[in-house]
Amino acid sequence: MAESEHEFVGLANYLHLVTDPGFLPALGNTLALIALVLCISIGLGLALALLLERAVLGRGVLRLLVISPFFVMPPVAALIWKNLLMQPTSGFFAWIASLFGVPPIDWFASAPLIAIGLIVAWQWLPFACLILLTSLQSFDREQREAAQLDGASALAILHHLVLPHLARPMAIILMMETIFLLSVFAEIFVTTGGGRASTNLAFLVYSQVMFQYDIGVASAAGVVAVILANVIAFFLVRAVGRSLDA
Amino acid sequence: MSLHSSSFGRSAAHWTPNAHAQFLRHRVDDPSVGAAFIVAFPLLWALLASFKTELEAVAFPPRFVGFSWSLDNYRQVLGESDYLGALRNSIIIAGGSSLLTLLLGVPAAWAMAFAPTRHTRALLLWMLSTKMLPAVGVLIPIFLFYRDWGLLDTHLGVALLLTAGNLPIAIWMLYANFKEVPGEILEAARMDGASLTQEILIVLAPMAAPGLASTFFLIFTLAWNESFWTLNITTTDATTLTAFIAAFSSPQGLFWAKLSAASMLSIVPVIVIGWLCQRQLVSGLTFGAVK
Amino acid sequence: MSNIVLERVSKRFGDTLVTDNIDLVIPAGKFTVFVGPSGCGKTTLLRLIAGLEDIDQGRLLIDGADMGQTPPAARGLAMVFQSYALYPHMSVRANLGFALKVAHTPPRDIAARVEAVAKLLDLSALLDRKPAALSGGQRQRVAIGRALVREPKAFLFDEPLSNLDAALRSQMRIEIRRLQQDLGITAIYVTHDQAEAMTMADQIVVFREGRIEQVGAPLEIYRRPTNRFVAGFIGSPCMNFLSGARAAAFGATTIGFRPEHLRLDASGELRGVVRTVEHLGNEALVHVQLEDDTMITARCTEDTALHPGAPIAFTPDPASIHRFDQDNRALDVG
Repeated sequence: MAESEHEFVGLANYLHLVTDPGFLPALGNTLALIALVLCISIGLGLALALLLERAVLGRGVLRLLVISPFFVMPPVAALIWKNLLMQPTSGFFAWIASLFGVPPIDWFASAPLIAIGLIVAWQWLPFACLILLTSLQSFDREQREAAQLDGASALAILHHLVLPHLARPMAIILMMETIFLLSVFAEIFVTTGGGRASTNLAFLVYSQVMFQYDIGVASAAGVVAVILANVIAFFLVRAVGRSLDA
Repeated sequence: MSLHSSSFGRSAAHWTPNAHAQFLRHRVDDPSVGAAFIVAFPLLWALLASFKTELEAVAFPPRFVGFSWSLDNYRQVLGESDYLGALRNSIIIAGGSSLLTLLLGVPAAWAMAFAPTRHTRALLLWMLSTKMLPAVGVLIPIFLFYRDWGLLDTHLGVALLLTAGNLPIAIWMLYANFKEVPGEILEAARMDGASLTQEILIVLAPMAAPGLASTFFLIFTLAWNESFWTLNITTTDATTLTAFIAAFSSPQGLFWAKLSAASMLSIVPVIVIGWLCQRQLVSGLTFGAVK
Repeated sequence: MSNIVLERVSKRFGDTLVTDNIDLVIPAGKFTVFVGPSGCGKTTLLRLIAGLEDIDQGRLLIDGADMGQTPPAARGLAMVFQSYALYPHMSVRANLGFALKVAHTPPRDIAARVEAVAKLLDLSALLDRKPAALSGGQRQRVAIGRALVREPKAFLFDEPLSNLDAALRSQMRIEIRRLQQDLGITAIYVTHDQAEAMTMADQIVVFREGRIEQVGAPLEIYRRPTNRFVAGFIGSPCMNFLSGARAAAFGATTIGFRPEHLRLDASGELRGVVRTVEHLGNEALVHVQLEDDTMITARCTEDTALHPGAPIAFTPDPASIHRFDQDNRALDVG
């Protein structure tokens, strides 16, 4: 980071960035990672919340188990998954695969983005689940009973009554998770350490600075990340703001 | 479970083996139990690994119970590495920044909740949207400023950044909480002659105590787990547990059992408190939109 | 005993003028009631006097001193809120003593004054309870006690009885009024309930849309409303209004007469059909549809046999007819 003479270069850094072969993949990775994590955490979170809502015994213990990943610091989560679960020779998943006679997956070599997505989704699953669970528990029991008397099936009740009831908490989950997912960093840092297939914008900026010492392009990437964040924020905050007002 | 043991004590006659079997079957049949265990499995598996030797930890097929339980990993982590130093730094930084966040967030949330203008709502939303800026977007300027100001690798430097990052979330949570407090009570305090400080400390704070606690805890957890700034602007003096743990990813040391032990030590405190506060946490996080 | 004077007081919220050029004297030692429909500015005016809102224009004088910029507590006024606004985390004792505590009154004096007020309001047995463990009426008394402890120059009441049930409300009306008279303290009481205004006030101030419509003693306002709004707002059931030819006969745009000023008279000029009868036991309220479809209400004795659908005719007491011009101002008072 040697100080050279200051010179205004116009949009040159942005040109470099956009023509950088790593830029578009990083942009795509950022969006794919967010989409993947949102789908998994909300989908499984809803399933889990529906299960937990009916659990009668040992609720406290079950909740402790379910909530615990949220409190795990990202590097720890990433290391546990990478070394103890996804490790292709001795990991737990490799053992499961061997039980079925399938060759183990070398997660970080063959599907790094999905692997990272799984780790991040695991961390955000409790958040989605807990909010949906709380919302489910406030669902009017009489409404459900009335629907049952009307002969509605469990699936119909879920579709027509429960899911609309969950629209607002889902909007909140969407907003909160997106806020944090835009800047996923540590999970990439400790697992793949970058690479075309798993670098998101946050990590791209980091590697531009740390490995290529290119502050100009890194700053440009930072600005692009900020713009992206604002574009997403603009729509998200409007949608959620409306649902909060309702 | 205390319920069952007490009923067992009082009326042993009703607690037949049959009932016991039924109880067990119910527990095992309940799919939520299995699901919860699957969610927590990575952690439980790491917990198990933390009691194994390094060889047992990488054994294939994996060992579930057939290994020699030992606390050696914990002994080594506590004794040999600078775990305690990192723990100390984490506590200072997370605690300090959380306190600072509350110190700044409470007056801001007070103003927004009790003296709103027509722009308050827009301001709140805008504030939250700044939270979406990836921290990395300002890494370079912050790094350069901090280098010039001598704040790199200092507790204060990291704590200030985490405060700035968590403030929007904190203000949102506090705002949602304060909105639940009837404004007339604060006006009554004003009529009674309470100063603004007294109004906030003696009247508002006790009423909003659960909200303050859950905000503090969430902010503390976020600060505790923050792993961008802690990895990038600390090197030795202010390295936190996140940086300490991240160092285990270096390929030369495959000490997974020890890593597991260190991981457990770094997360157990937050998990325990988190479990205790989960209800307030949810209502705080959802800004009162989910009851 | 303090008097409060408002001089040309205005307050805006955004584009709406909530109080418009208010001139008003609140006499010392008297019970003044602000009454009007919701949104008329009465509560805002009370809050301006209390100092909870800032006055945009005009002056507020308390005992002759300009207090417009003085912080609330320094104005020496005490307020009883609609929701009581008790501090939920403090005992009744701490609630009562809070103002004295923040004013650094010696603990012994605080204790003595709290005990005295508790005795006066029959709260002595409840001093160590939290507000949540009190009934609505008890909370109300604590709220009043909290105001009393400070020995204020004036009491401000913001619809304090609206959360109580009917029986308790009329009991508290009498208690508050008695307390105010015993202590001879200046009081301002905001309500939307004209019956509360009539029964409690020495002076009633009727508000509408940020302006004062009329100021006067209850009976004066009841008997001599200066405009149609006041005539219709004060009194229950509300005054009957007729316009057109019947009013023109009296040289007015509108005439009004109260339900009790209608006399059953088979040859009366107000003819119509009984629609509903409300039996109150001591009297009956008869709702009548006149021939031109105007609805009027009459107060009759219960021994009058009246059935829905029966024809009926009245004569209004000519001495009690109120006449209004095209601007709804009372033409004369009589």
